[in-house]
Amino acid sequence: MGLLSRKATCNTHGQDSSYFLGWQEYEKNPYNEVNNPNGIIQMGLAENQLCLDLLEPWLMKNPDALGLKRDGISIFKELALFQDYNGFPAFKRALADFMGEIRGNKVSFDPNHVVLTAGATSANETLMFCLADQGDAFLLPTPYYPGFDRDLRWRTGVEIVPIHCTSSNGFKVTLPAIEQAYRQAQKRKLRVKGVLITNPSNPLGTTMARDELDLLINFIEDRQIHLISDEIYSGTVFTSPSFVSVMEVLKDRNLDQTQVWERVHIVYSLSKDLGLPGFRVGAIYSNDPVVVSAATKMSSFGLVSSQTQYLLSAMLLDKKFTKEYMSENHKRLQKQQKDLVSGLEKAGIRCLDSNAGLFCWVDMRHLLKSNTFEAEMELWQKIIYHVKINISPGSSCHCIEPGWFRVCFANMSESTLKLAIQRLKSFVSSIGMKSQSHQELKSLRRKARNNWVFRLSLQSFYDREQDTTTKVSFSYRPHFMSLSNIAATLDAAA
Amino acid sequence: MVAMSKIATGNGHGENSTYFDGWKAYETNPFHPTERPEGVIQMGLAENQLCFNLIKNWLIKHPEASLCTPQGVNKFKETALFQDYHGMPEFRQAVAKFMGKVRGDRVKFDPDRIVMSGGATGAHEMVAFCLADPGEAFLVPTPYYPGFDRDLKWRTGVELVPVNCESCNNFKITRNALEAAYVKVQEANLRVKGLLITNPSNPLGTVLDRDTLKSMVRFINDKNIHLIGDEIYASTVFMEPEFVSISEIIEEEDVECNRDLIHIVYSLSKDMGFPGFRVGIVYSYNDSVVSCARKMSSFGLVSSQTQHLIASMLSDDEFVDNFITESKELLFNRHKYFTWSLSQVGIGCLKGNAGLFIWMDLRKLLKEETFAAEMELWRVITNEVKLNVSPGSSFHCQEPGWFRVCFANMDDYTMKVALLRIRTFMLKNNEAMVPLKLCRPSSLKLSLSRSLSRRMDDFMSPGIMSPHSPLPQSPLVRART
Repeated sequence: MGLLSRKATCNTHGQDSSYFLGWQEYEKNPYNEVNNPNGIIQMGLAENQLCLDLLEPWLMKNPDALGLKRDGISIFKELALFQDYNGFPAFKRALADFMGEIRGNKVSFDPNHVVLTAGATSANETLMFCLADQGDAFLLPTPYYPGFDRDLRWRTGVEIVPIHCTSSNGFKVTLPAIEQAYRQAQKRKLRVKGVLITNPSNPLGTTMARDELDLLINFIEDRQIHLISDEIYSGTVFTSPSFVSVMEVLKDRNLDQTQVWERVHIVYSLSKDLGLPGFRVGAIYSNDPVVVSAATKMSSFGLVSSQTQYLLSAMLLDKKFTKEYMSENHKRLQKQQKDLVSGLEKAGIRCLDSNAGLFCWVDMRHLLKSNTFEAEMELWQKIIYHVKINISPGSSCHCIEPGWFRVCFANMSESTLKLAIQRLKSFVSSIGMKSQSHQELKSLRRKARNNWVFRLSLQSFYDREQDTTTKVSFSYRPHFMSLSNIAATLDAAA
Repeated sequence: MVAMSKIATGNGHGENSTYFDGWKAYETNPFHPTERPEGVIQMGLAENQLCFNLIKNWLIKHPEASLCTPQGVNKFKETALFQDYHGMPEFRQAVAKFMGKVRGDRVKFDPDRIVMSGGATGAHEMVAFCLADPGEAFLVPTPYYPGFDRDLKWRTGVELVPVNCESCNNFKITRNALEAAYVKVQEANLRVKGLLITNPSNPLGTVLDRDTLKSMVRFINDKNIHLIGDEIYASTVFMEPEFVSISEIIEEEDVECNRDLIHIVYSLSKDMGFPGFRVGIVYSYNDSVVSCARKMSSFGLVSSQTQHLIASMLSDDEFVDNFITESKELLFNRHKYFTWSLSQVGIGCLKGNAGLFIWMDLRKLLKEETFAAEMELWRVITNEVKLNVSPGSSFHCQEPGWFRVCFANMDDYTMKVALLRIRTFMLKNNEAMVPLKLCRPSSLKLSLSRSLSRRMDDFMSPGIMSPHSPLPQSPLVRART
């Protein structure tokens, strides 16, 4: 008989995933420009560190916010006592407005429908507890954020059934894929309670197109299930296409105030857009007052510190500041992404065309010894231990095609990024794959049949002033195994 | 139509308890000295509001703790990014040191065993998730904090089984009561995974004596079940007997204990008066539990901004030592004045020495010895006397007529108003009142010196504090029959 619970002794916390193992290796030998220049560079952590220097002048100009004062008078006592799970009204108003601004004010958010939680981690778990019973399932498009395995499943007992997306169409969600996942859930005798999407996507760094969102809305309407849209990267969209929230699509289709409207819920956080993960500010937004009510009660298990609510309400209410901050944020993200993409291209490595997020979805399939996940792990280990970069292997994100990696770029300086790219370049040259991959690609292009397209900018694609871009299309088939075979194998193993 | 989960649509959130009904009455008509002088006074909220001046003064002298100096702002970036679920080392060290000081430095706490949680609320749920599977049970002595029904059961599916304690021996937790509860659970084909105790007790306001604690440790070792000690009121012990923590008991020579079974829940909400900052702590002597809890703490980490503030504050030894002493004195004075004033109008309470509340004995005012009568009395207190107090039934007390009344969450003026209302009510309804022996309340100084409080000790003989105070039945009761 076990002394501890099953939850305590199982692996559903997900920490044995390669996603976290890479972090552990990084922590044993972290790169530091001065103290440890040969250490491992952390490119497995999706943090936004590019704009924190903008916060400091604001803080100096607004000392009351950190000093817990209002008009110079201490409100420490009021804040120290404030534990109302309905949250600080000014903060919820400010957050709702901020969310609206990010969506170009095409939709507005009602503060009374905002539930504050201790980070998006808690928001996602709380929504599962509200919407699903133990043994129910949610469908998630792959690849997805590895943390979902813990956040959605661990303590809730809810299952995740993947909606397999492939590079054949840039990993977009398709109706056949969703239906296949639904059938798979039924085969496993799981009751599907909803679909959870991340938009903009982690790890892809892309925003969902309107037709994808339409497809999802139609599907959940038809099956009468929920849709959760994790939009924590909505403020990191640095270039077109612009971000379209599922709320906007519902509104445009005049579906607000219908039943399906009440089954769509958004998860938000300030960890990515503002770069404040330490403050643990998450939110659930639901159009269903019953969900809001249940989630609010559950938020007792992870409220946002009142000290933090006060600081951030002051910051977000300064709309001039937030506008400038977000604009600069986009510029810096765009530049850093461009540097990474062009740097990798020079090493013969391509990325999925992306317009958002703090990372790129990098195609290293041509560097694999074989088109298998074992080969992906082998490559990943080389990159950690020899190239000394921590990146996240696609398998940890449940990608069904081996060879893809998520590489973060927003948590480091320009010089560190340059160094990382240089290390990768040296690595690629050393294994002599570069020329081989170029040859293969040229020959495959001649035999192109499928419709995979990767846009590659040899000049500044995103530089609107110049507008002299050269687009090169490559289309090629998988090396050894067809994608439909891979999908079937994984389904059988599930 | 696909519904929400059973958890979300059920009543496991516990908000339909009478514990919260009074709060709702308060919220629709809250007392304010000038704007709403007839409003309901909140005496159902166990908050510690007595020490804010001490903290305010410290904050003024230490702006860097709030990151608001130029040097402090430089630390902002580092703090804003820090999301490591191990928690800031300086935060853990400061909390471990504080926990030791609160126990008179008789025991040391290891910072590496400190795990963060979303308040004690989050800590309890987390411990339940780590130790028990759905359907398994924890034993909990009654009366107990109503929030446990939500925190330990709601999303975890764990059961709580009461261990009945009685007023005839001052609600002591006996070995017999523990054994009886254990057997009852087994007969119901459930598995007992642990025993949860709150020491100092909420709602009793008392501490567990050494013998009782040892007996409990022996009990859980015999049964190989966990012992969870909720010690969130540890620093509110303002009078003898001294607080003895489980952490001390397991070090004693005559106690054999498997440390893997021992866990402490702590928080800064009561001792420091910071419920808004959500600082909950799980301290376990079991390495696997520490490891698992740490992973789970991702669902309720303490804001790094708060960790920074607390680390600065609690590392200031001089401030902490002074705070602990001052806090106890303020609580002592408040408690003394409050209980003395109640005794003046014939209301007794359980003799307490800790916590932010008293366990008031109103059994003599009940129409009959039933919970229905208790509810009737409670409604009178809420609607007519306009005080929100918490009925004993909401704490699963087995005997009707007990009420928890909080005294540390208000200023002196509000307390006076509350006591006046009680006095008016009792005088109106009780002909055979205990006559006022000292001066009138209005001329009584509210901040009492030690000498005066010692005199009050003489006055407040055990007889008056004891639940068996020989008060005749209230005429209110007679009038109703």
